[in-house]
Amino acid sequence: MTPGNIVEMHDAVVVYGDYPALAGVTFNVSKGEILLLQGANGAGKTTLLRACAGLTPIVRGTAVVLGHDLRTDRNSVRHRVGLLGHNNGLFSDLTIRENVTFWSRLVGASDEEIEAALERMGIDGRLANVRVGELSAGQKRRCSLANLVVRRAELWLLDEPHAGLDTRGRDELDAILRQAVASGATVVLASHEIERSRQLATRVVQVSGGQVRDRS
Amino acid sequence: MKSHSTLRVARVVAAKDLRIEMRSRVVTNQVVPFAALVMVMFAFALDDDTMLERVGGGLVWLATLFSLFIIIQRSFVIETTDGALDALRVAGVDAAGIFLGKAAALVVQLLILETTLVGGAIVLYRVQVQPTSIVLLVTCMLLATLGLAFVGTLFGGLAAGMRGRETLLPLLLLPAIAPVLIGATKATEAAFGISGMVTSEGWPWVGLLAVFAAVFGVGGLSAFGPLIEE
Repeated sequence: MTPGNIVEMHDAVVVYGDYPALAGVTFNVSKGEILLLQGANGAGKTTLLRACAGLTPIVRGTAVVLGHDLRTDRNSVRHRVGLLGHNNGLFSDLTIRENVTFWSRLVGASDEEIEAALERMGIDGRLANVRVGELSAGQKRRCSLANLVVRRAELWLLDEPHAGLDTRGRDELDAILRQAVASGATVVLASHEIERSRQLATRVVQVSGGQVRDRS
Repeated sequence: MKSHSTLRVARVVAAKDLRIEMRSRVVTNQVVPFAALVMVMFAFALDDDTMLERVGGGLVWLATLFSLFIIIQRSFVIETTDGALDALRVAGVDAAGIFLGKAAALVVQLLILETTLVGGAIVLYRVQVQPTSIVLLVTCMLLATLGLAFVGTLFGGLAAGMRGRETLLPLLLLPAIAPVLIGATKATEAAFGISGMVTSEGWPWVGLLAVFAAVFGVGGLSAFGPLIEE
Protein backbone atom coordinates (compact mmCIF):
# COMPACT_ATOMS: atom_id res chain seq x y z
CA MET A 1 0.00 0.00 0.00
CA THR A 2 1.33 3.42 -0.94
CA PRO A 3 2.19 5.49 2.15
CA GLY A 4 -0.46 8.15 2.77
CA ASN A 5 -3.22 6.17 1.10
CA ILE A 6 -6.17 5.16 3.24
CA VAL A 7 -7.97 3.28 0.48
CA GLU A 8 -6.45 1.53 -2.50
CA MET A 9 -8.58 -0.42 -4.96
CA HIS A 10 -7.50 -1.99 -8.21
CA ASP A 11 -10.01 -3.70 -10.52
CA ALA A 12 -12.22 -4.41 -7.50
CA VAL A 13 -15.41 -6.28 -8.37
CA VAL A 14 -18.58 -6.62 -6.30
CA VAL A 15 -21.48 -8.75 -7.51
CA TYR A 16 -25.06 -9.08 -6.30
CA GLY A 17 -26.03 -12.53 -7.55
CA ASP A 18 -25.02 -12.36 -11.21
CA TYR A 19 -25.23 -8.56 -11.37
CA PRO A 20 -21.88 -6.74 -11.21
CA ALA A 21 -22.59 -3.82 -8.87
CA LEU A 22 -18.96 -2.72 -9.09
CA ALA A 23 -17.28 -3.79 -12.31
CA GLY A 24 -13.57 -3.23 -11.85
CA VAL A 25 -13.10 -0.18 -9.63
CA THR A 26 -9.68 1.42 -9.44
CA PHE A 27 -9.22 4.39 -7.15
CA ASN A 28 -7.28 5.66 -4.15
CA VAL A 29 -8.14 7.85 -1.20
CA SER A 30 -5.36 9.74 0.56
CA LYS A 31 -5.29 10.52 4.24
CA GLY A 32 -6.97 13.83 5.04
CA GLU A 33 -8.99 14.02 1.84
CA ILE A 34 -12.66 14.81 1.45
CA LEU A 35 -13.48 12.73 -1.59
CA LEU A 36 -16.81 13.17 -3.36
CA LEU A 37 -18.33 10.22 -5.18
CA GLN A 38 -20.60 11.62 -7.83
CA GLY A 39 -23.00 9.70 -10.00
CA ALA A 40 -26.57 8.90 -10.88
CA ASN A 41 -28.84 6.67 -8.81
CA GLY A 42 -27.78 3.05 -9.16
CA ALA A 43 -24.29 4.00 -10.35
CA GLY A 44 -22.68 2.07 -7.50
CA LYS A 45 -21.84 4.83 -5.00
CA THR A 46 -23.53 3.18 -2.01
CA THR A 47 -22.06 -0.21 -2.93
CA LEU A 48 -18.61 1.35 -3.11
CA LEU A 49 -19.03 2.93 0.33
CA ARG A 50 -20.27 -0.36 1.79
CA ALA A 51 -17.39 -2.22 0.20
CA CYS A 52 -14.93 0.28 1.72
CA ALA A 53 -16.57 -0.36 5.11
CA GLY A 54 -16.01 -4.09 4.74
CA LEU A 55 -19.73 -4.80 4.56
CA THR A 56 -20.02 -5.90 0.96
CA PRO A 57 -17.52 -8.56 -0.12
CA ILE A 58 -15.14 -7.87 -2.99
CA VAL A 59 -14.92 -10.97 -5.15
CA ARG A 60 -12.11 -9.99 -7.53
CA GLY A 61 -9.32 -7.47 -7.74
CA THR A 62 -7.41 -5.91 -4.86
CA ALA A 63 -8.78 -3.66 -2.14
CA VAL A 64 -6.86 -2.42 0.88
CA VAL A 65 -8.42 -0.10 3.47
CA LEU A 66 -6.41 1.24 6.40
CA GLY A 67 -3.82 -1.43 5.72
CA HIS A 68 -6.25 -4.34 5.79
CA ASP A 69 -6.96 -6.48 2.74
CA LEU A 70 -10.73 -6.36 2.30
CA ARG A 71 -10.78 -9.73 0.54
CA THR A 72 -9.18 -11.62 3.39
CA ASP A 73 -9.57 -9.44 6.47
CA ARG A 74 -12.57 -7.16 6.05
CA ASN A 75 -13.79 -7.55 9.64
CA SER A 76 -10.62 -5.83 10.89
CA VAL A 77 -11.53 -2.72 8.92
CA ARG A 78 -14.93 -2.26 10.46
CA HIS A 79 -14.02 -0.83 13.82
CA ARG A 80 -11.81 1.79 12.19
CA VAL A 81 -14.36 3.14 9.72
CA GLY A 82 -17.69 4.84 10.28
CA LEU A 83 -20.44 4.41 7.70
CA LEU A 84 -23.34 6.81 7.93
CA GLY A 85 -26.10 5.91 5.51
CA HIS A 86 -29.67 7.08 5.16
CA ASN A 87 -30.37 6.12 8.78
CA ASN A 88 -28.64 7.67 11.76
CA GLY A 89 -28.30 4.49 13.84
CA LEU A 90 -29.71 6.20 16.93
CA PHE A 91 -32.07 5.11 19.71
CA SER A 92 -34.96 7.55 19.77
CA ASP A 93 -35.90 6.89 23.43
CA LEU A 94 -32.43 7.86 24.61
CA THR A 95 -30.97 11.35 24.83
CA ILE A 96 -28.07 12.49 22.68
CA ARG A 97 -25.72 12.06 25.61
CA GLU A 98 -27.01 8.53 26.29
CA ASN A 99 -26.61 7.58 22.63
CA VAL A 100 -23.04 8.84 22.54
CA THR A 101 -22.31 7.26 25.92
CA PHE A 102 -23.58 3.91 24.60
CA TRP A 103 -20.95 3.96 21.85
CA SER A 104 -18.28 5.26 24.17
CA ARG A 105 -18.85 2.37 26.57
CA LEU A 106 -18.62 -0.11 23.68
CA VAL A 107 -15.22 1.17 22.63
CA GLY A 108 -13.97 2.04 26.11
CA ALA A 109 -13.87 5.79 25.50
CA SER A 110 -13.66 8.12 28.48
CA ASP A 111 -16.19 10.68 29.71
CA GLU A 112 -13.82 13.39 28.52
CA GLU A 113 -13.99 11.96 25.01
CA ILE A 114 -17.80 12.07 25.18
CA GLU A 115 -17.75 15.73 26.16
CA ALA A 116 -15.18 16.49 23.46
CA ALA A 117 -17.28 14.74 20.80
CA LEU A 118 -20.41 16.64 21.85
CA GLU A 119 -18.53 19.91 21.85
CA ARG A 120 -17.09 19.24 18.40
CA MET A 121 -20.60 18.71 17.08
CA GLY A 122 -21.83 21.91 18.71
CA ILE A 123 -24.10 20.03 21.09
CA ASP A 124 -24.41 21.97 24.33
CA GLY A 125 -25.42 20.58 27.72
CA ARG A 126 -29.09 21.37 27.34
CA LEU A 127 -29.38 19.82 23.87
CA ALA A 128 -27.36 16.77 24.94
CA ASN A 129 -30.11 15.87 27.40
CA VAL A 130 -32.92 15.97 24.83
CA ARG A 131 -34.32 12.67 23.61
CA VAL A 132 -33.32 11.87 20.04
CA GLY A 133 -36.97 11.36 19.07
CA GLU A 134 -37.58 15.05 19.71
CA LEU A 135 -34.67 16.32 17.59
CA SER A 136 -34.61 17.86 14.13
CA ALA A 137 -32.98 15.97 11.25
CA GLY A 138 -29.88 18.13 11.52
CA GLN A 139 -29.52 17.57 15.24
CA LYS A 140 -29.88 13.82 14.74
CA ARG A 141 -27.18 13.91 12.09
CA ARG A 142 -24.88 15.77 14.47
CA CYS A 143 -25.54 13.15 17.12
CA SER A 144 -24.66 10.32 14.74
CA LEU A 145 -21.48 12.15 13.74
CA ALA A 146 -20.62 12.52 17.42
CA ASN A 147 -20.90 8.73 17.60
CA LEU A 148 -18.29 8.46 14.82
CA VAL A 149 -16.00 10.80 16.75
CA VAL A 150 -16.32 8.91 20.02
CA ARG A 151 -15.76 5.65 18.14
CA ARG A 152 -12.49 7.19 16.88
CA ALA A 153 -13.38 6.34 13.27
CA GLU A 154 -10.47 7.15 10.99
CA LEU A 155 -12.36 6.87 7.71
CA TRP A 156 -15.82 8.45 7.50
CA LEU A 157 -18.00 7.01 4.76
CA LEU A 158 -21.08 9.18 4.31
CA ASP A 159 -23.97 8.33 2.01
CA GLU A 160 -26.04 11.41 1.17
CA PRO A 161 -25.15 13.18 4.41
CA HIS A 162 -26.95 16.38 3.38
CA ALA A 163 -30.28 14.62 2.77
CA GLY A 164 -33.10 15.92 4.95
CA LEU A 165 -31.14 18.88 6.27
CA ASP A 166 -32.09 22.52 5.83
CA THR A 167 -29.57 25.11 4.66
CA ARG A 168 -28.32 25.84 8.15
CA GLY A 169 -27.99 22.11 8.89
CA ARG A 170 -26.02 21.60 5.68
CA ASP A 171 -23.70 24.47 6.53
CA GLU A 172 -23.14 23.00 9.99
CA LEU A 173 -22.47 19.57 8.53
CA ASP A 174 -19.90 20.96 6.09
CA ALA A 175 -18.13 22.76 8.91
CA ILE A 176 -18.10 19.57 10.99
CA LEU A 177 -16.62 17.56 8.12
CA ARG A 178 -13.89 20.13 7.53
CA GLN A 179 -13.12 20.08 11.22
CA ALA A 180 -13.05 16.26 11.24
CA VAL A 181 -10.49 16.27 8.45
CA ALA A 182 -8.44 18.88 10.28
CA SER A 183 -8.47 16.52 13.27
CA GLY A 184 -7.04 13.66 11.23
CA ALA A 185 -10.07 11.91 9.74
CA THR A 186 -10.56 11.13 6.07
CA VAL A 187 -13.99 11.55 4.48
CA VAL A 188 -15.55 9.85 1.47
CA LEU A 189 -19.06 11.02 0.69
CA ALA A 190 -21.67 10.28 -1.92
CA SER A 191 -24.03 13.14 -2.58
CA HIS A 192 -26.50 14.53 -5.05
CA GLU A 193 -25.81 18.01 -3.63
CA ILE A 194 -23.35 18.61 -6.44
CA GLU A 195 -22.44 22.27 -6.02
CA ARG A 196 -22.28 22.18 -2.23
CA SER A 197 -20.33 18.94 -2.14
CA ARG A 198 -17.87 20.10 -4.78
CA GLN A 199 -17.07 23.13 -2.65
CA LEU A 200 -16.55 20.84 0.31
CA ALA A 201 -14.57 18.11 -1.45
CA THR A 202 -10.87 18.17 -2.11
CA ARG A 203 -11.34 15.73 -5.00
CA VAL A 204 -14.23 14.41 -7.06
CA VAL A 205 -14.54 11.01 -8.72
CA GLN A 206 -17.32 9.99 -11.04
CA VAL A 207 -19.08 6.67 -10.46
CA SER A 208 -20.96 5.33 -13.47
CA GLY A 209 -22.19 1.86 -14.31
CA GLY A 210 -20.28 0.35 -11.41
CA GLN A 211 -17.00 1.89 -12.54
CA VAL A 212 -15.00 4.79 -11.15
CA ARG A 213 -13.46 7.61 -13.14
CA ASP A 214 -11.11 9.93 -11.30
CA ARG A 215 -11.75 13.54 -12.36
CA SER A 216 -9.07 15.16 -10.27
CA MET B 1 -14.31 -4.93 17.26
CA LYS B 2 -11.23 -6.34 18.84
CA SER B 3 -11.27 -3.94 21.78
CA HIS B 4 -14.79 -5.06 22.67
CA SER B 5 -14.84 -7.88 25.11
CA THR B 6 -17.99 -9.95 24.79
CA LEU B 7 -19.04 -9.34 28.37
CA ARG B 8 -18.50 -5.59 28.15
CA VAL B 9 -20.62 -5.41 25.00
CA ALA B 10 -23.27 -7.57 26.67
CA ARG B 11 -23.36 -5.32 29.73
CA VAL B 12 -23.60 -2.13 27.67
CA VAL B 13 -26.30 -3.52 25.35
CA ALA B 14 -28.36 -4.89 28.25
CA ALA B 15 -28.13 -1.59 30.14
CA LYS B 16 -29.18 0.30 27.02
CA ASP B 17 -32.19 -1.98 26.40
CA LEU B 18 -33.33 -1.75 30.01
CA ARG B 19 -32.90 2.03 30.05
CA ILE B 20 -35.05 2.28 26.92
CA GLU B 21 -37.66 0.05 28.55
CA MET B 22 -37.63 2.09 31.75
CA ARG B 23 -38.19 5.20 29.68
CA SER B 24 -40.82 3.86 27.31
CA ARG B 25 -42.46 1.48 29.83
CA VAL B 26 -43.78 -0.74 27.05
CA VAL B 27 -43.47 -3.91 29.13
CA THR B 28 -44.96 -2.50 32.31
CA ASN B 29 -47.71 -0.41 30.69
CA GLN B 30 -48.62 -2.58 27.72
CA VAL B 31 -47.25 -6.12 27.81
CA VAL B 32 -48.01 -6.96 31.45
CA PRO B 33 -51.62 -5.64 31.18
CA PHE B 34 -51.99 -7.59 27.93
CA ALA B 35 -50.79 -10.79 29.58
CA ALA B 36 -53.08 -10.18 32.56
CA LEU B 37 -56.00 -9.71 30.18
CA VAL B 38 -55.13 -13.01 28.48
CA MET B 39 -55.26 -14.69 31.91
CA VAL B 40 -58.69 -13.15 32.58
CA MET B 41 -59.92 -14.21 29.14
CA PHE B 42 -58.82 -17.78 29.83
CA ALA B 43 -60.83 -17.64 33.04
CA PHE B 44 -63.91 -16.42 31.16
CA ALA B 45 -63.47 -19.00 28.40
CA LEU B 46 -63.01 -22.00 30.69
CA ASP B 47 -65.41 -20.77 33.38
CA ASP B 48 -64.72 -23.70 35.67
CA ASP B 49 -62.74 -23.25 38.89
CA THR B 50 -61.59 -26.85 39.03
CA MET B 51 -60.51 -26.79 35.41
CA LEU B 52 -58.71 -23.47 35.87
CA GLU B 53 -56.83 -24.77 38.86
CA ARG B 54 -55.83 -27.86 36.91
CA VAL B 55 -54.58 -25.99 33.82
CA GLY B 56 -53.33 -22.87 35.63
CA GLY B 57 -49.65 -23.74 35.11
CA GLY B 58 -50.09 -24.13 31.38
CA LEU B 59 -52.08 -20.92 31.11
CA VAL B 60 -49.32 -18.97 32.84
CA TRP B 61 -46.83 -20.15 30.25
CA LEU B 62 -49.20 -19.67 27.31
CA ALA B 63 -49.76 -16.07 28.38
CA THR B 64 -45.98 -15.71 28.72
CA LEU B 65 -45.41 -17.01 25.20
CA PHE B 66 -48.03 -14.69 23.69
CA SER B 67 -46.37 -11.76 25.44
CA LEU B 68 -42.92 -12.99 24.42
CA PHE B 69 -43.68 -12.22 20.79
CA ILE B 70 -44.47 -8.61 21.64
CA ILE B 71 -41.38 -8.20 23.82
CA ILE B 72 -39.07 -9.64 21.19
CA GLN B 73 -40.60 -7.54 18.42
CA ARG B 74 -40.10 -4.49 20.62
CA SER B 75 -36.53 -5.52 21.45
CA PHE B 76 -35.58 -5.51 17.78
CA VAL B 77 -37.76 -2.61 16.65
CA ILE B 78 -35.58 -0.31 18.76
CA GLU B 79 -32.56 -1.65 16.88
CA THR B 80 -33.95 -1.48 13.36
CA THR B 81 -36.09 1.70 13.33
CA ASP B 82 -33.15 4.01 12.69
CA GLY B 83 -30.61 1.41 11.60
CA ALA B 84 -28.91 0.98 15.00
CA LEU B 85 -28.40 -2.75 14.47
CA ASP B 86 -26.76 -1.97 11.14
CA ALA B 87 -24.54 0.57 12.87
CA LEU B 88 -23.46 -2.04 15.41
CA ARG B 89 -22.80 -4.51 12.61
CA VAL B 90 -20.89 -1.96 10.56
CA ALA B 91 -18.76 -1.11 13.57
CA GLY B 92 -17.83 -4.74 13.98
CA VAL B 93 -19.23 -4.89 17.51
CA ASP B 94 -18.93 -8.40 18.92
CA ALA B 95 -22.13 -10.17 17.86
CA ALA B 96 -21.96 -12.64 20.75
CA GLY B 97 -21.96 -9.68 23.12
CA ILE B 98 -25.00 -8.17 21.41
CA PHE B 99 -26.74 -11.55 21.67
CA LEU B 100 -25.96 -11.92 25.36
CA GLY B 101 -26.89 -8.33 26.14
CA LYS B 102 -30.24 -8.45 24.42
CA ALA B 103 -30.99 -11.84 25.97
CA ALA B 104 -30.10 -10.50 29.43
CA ALA B 105 -32.49 -7.57 29.03
CA LEU B 106 -35.19 -9.98 27.88
CA VAL B 107 -34.59 -12.16 30.95
CA VAL B 108 -35.25 -9.21 33.27
CA GLN B 109 -38.42 -8.22 31.42
CA LEU B 110 -39.73 -11.79 31.22
CA LEU B 111 -39.10 -12.44 34.91
CA ILE B 112 -41.16 -9.36 35.81
CA LEU B 113 -43.91 -10.61 33.51
CA GLU B 114 -43.85 -14.19 34.80
CA THR B 115 -43.86 -13.14 38.44
CA THR B 116 -46.96 -11.06 37.73
CA LEU B 117 -48.60 -13.95 35.91
CA VAL B 118 -47.89 -16.48 38.67
CA GLY B 119 -49.39 -13.99 41.11
CA GLY B 120 -52.36 -13.66 38.77
CA ALA B 121 -52.79 -17.45 38.64
CA ILE B 122 -52.79 -17.62 42.44
CA VAL B 123 -55.49 -14.95 42.64
CA LEU B 124 -57.58 -15.81 39.57
CA TYR B 125 -57.21 -19.58 39.33
CA ARG B 126 -56.64 -20.23 43.04
CA VAL B 127 -53.60 -22.40 42.42
CA GLN B 128 -51.38 -22.94 45.44
CA VAL B 129 -47.61 -23.00 45.60
CA GLN B 130 -46.43 -25.52 48.15
CA PRO B 131 -43.68 -24.08 50.40
CA THR B 132 -41.54 -27.08 49.53
CA SER B 133 -41.99 -26.34 45.84
CA ILE B 134 -40.82 -22.74 45.80
CA VAL B 135 -37.27 -23.73 44.82
CA LEU B 136 -38.65 -25.85 41.97
CA LEU B 137 -40.88 -23.01 40.76
CA VAL B 138 -38.11 -20.40 40.91
CA THR B 139 -35.62 -22.70 39.15
CA CYS B 140 -38.21 -23.54 36.50
CA MET B 141 -38.93 -19.85 35.90
CA LEU B 142 -35.26 -18.95 35.68
CA LEU B 143 -34.34 -21.72 33.25
CA ALA B 144 -37.47 -21.35 31.11
CA THR B 145 -36.85 -17.61 30.97
CA LEU B 146 -33.24 -18.15 29.96
CA GLY B 147 -34.30 -20.52 27.19
CA LEU B 148 -37.02 -18.18 25.95
CA ALA B 149 -34.64 -15.22 26.00
CA PHE B 150 -31.95 -17.09 24.06
CA VAL B 151 -34.25 -18.50 21.41
CA GLY B 152 -36.21 -15.24 21.22
CA THR B 153 -33.06 -13.19 20.66
CA LEU B 154 -31.79 -15.63 18.07
CA PHE B 155 -35.00 -15.67 16.05
CA GLY B 156 -35.61 -11.97 16.65
CA GLY B 157 -32.22 -11.24 15.11
CA LEU B 158 -32.99 -13.56 12.21
CA ALA B 159 -36.35 -11.92 11.51
CA ALA B 160 -35.15 -8.35 12.14
CA GLY B 161 -34.09 -7.71 8.58
CA MET B 162 -36.91 -9.60 6.91
CA ARG B 163 -40.10 -8.33 5.38
CA GLY B 164 -43.22 -9.39 7.24
CA ARG B 165 -41.22 -10.01 10.41
CA GLU B 166 -44.26 -9.28 12.58
CA THR B 167 -46.03 -12.37 11.29
CA LEU B 168 -42.93 -14.39 10.54
CA LEU B 169 -41.55 -14.29 14.07
CA PRO B 170 -44.42 -16.20 15.76
CA LEU B 171 -44.32 -18.77 12.96
CA LEU B 172 -40.62 -19.36 13.51
CA LEU B 173 -40.73 -19.17 17.28
CA LEU B 174 -43.73 -21.28 18.22
CA PRO B 175 -42.36 -24.64 17.07
CA ALA B 176 -38.95 -23.85 18.56
CA ILE B 177 -40.29 -22.97 22.00
CA ALA B 178 -42.70 -25.90 22.27
CA PRO B 179 -40.24 -27.80 24.52
CA VAL B 180 -40.17 -24.82 26.91
CA LEU B 181 -43.96 -24.70 27.02
CA ILE B 182 -44.16 -28.41 27.78
CA GLY B 183 -41.30 -28.53 30.28
CA ALA B 184 -42.24 -25.34 32.11
CA THR B 185 -45.90 -26.32 32.27
CA LYS B 186 -45.12 -29.73 33.75
CA ALA B 187 -42.65 -28.33 36.27
CA THR B 188 -45.06 -25.56 37.26
CA GLU B 189 -47.89 -28.06 37.68
CA ALA B 190 -45.64 -30.05 39.98
CA ALA B 191 -44.87 -26.89 41.96
CA PHE B 192 -48.60 -26.11 42.16
CA GLY B 193 -49.30 -29.72 43.23
CA ILE B 194 -51.86 -30.15 40.47
CA SER B 195 -53.52 -33.57 40.07
CA GLY B 196 -51.58 -34.93 43.02
CA MET B 197 -48.18 -34.23 41.43
CA VAL B 198 -45.29 -33.95 43.84
CA THR B 199 -42.28 -31.66 43.67
CA SER B 200 -39.86 -34.40 42.63
CA GLU B 201 -41.89 -35.01 39.47
CA GLY B 202 -41.04 -31.49 38.30
CA TRP B 203 -37.26 -31.75 38.39
CA PRO B 204 -36.82 -33.90 35.24
CA TRP B 205 -38.73 -31.21 33.34
CA VAL B 206 -36.44 -28.58 34.82
CA GLY B 207 -33.59 -30.67 33.39
CA LEU B 208 -35.21 -30.39 29.96
CA LEU B 209 -35.40 -26.61 30.38
CA ALA B 210 -31.71 -26.51 31.33
CA VAL B 211 -30.72 -28.49 28.24
CA PHE B 212 -32.89 -26.26 26.05
CA ALA B 213 -31.34 -23.10 27.51
CA ALA B 214 -27.82 -24.49 27.10
CA VAL B 215 -28.39 -25.56 23.49
CA PHE B 216 -29.87 -22.23 22.40
CA GLY B 217 -27.38 -20.28 24.49
CA VAL B 218 -24.40 -21.92 22.83
CA GLY B 219 -26.13 -21.97 19.45
CA GLY B 220 -27.03 -18.30 19.74
CA LEU B 221 -23.52 -17.23 20.69
CA SER B 222 -22.11 -18.80 17.56
CA ALA B 223 -24.99 -18.20 15.13
CA PHE B 224 -26.15 -14.68 15.99
CA GLY B 225 -23.28 -12.99 14.13
CA PRO B 226 -23.83 -14.77 10.82
CA LEU B 227 -27.60 -14.33 11.20
CA ILE B 228 -27.45 -10.55 11.44
CA GLU B 229 -24.85 -10.36 8.67
CA GLU B 230 -26.06 -9.88 5.16
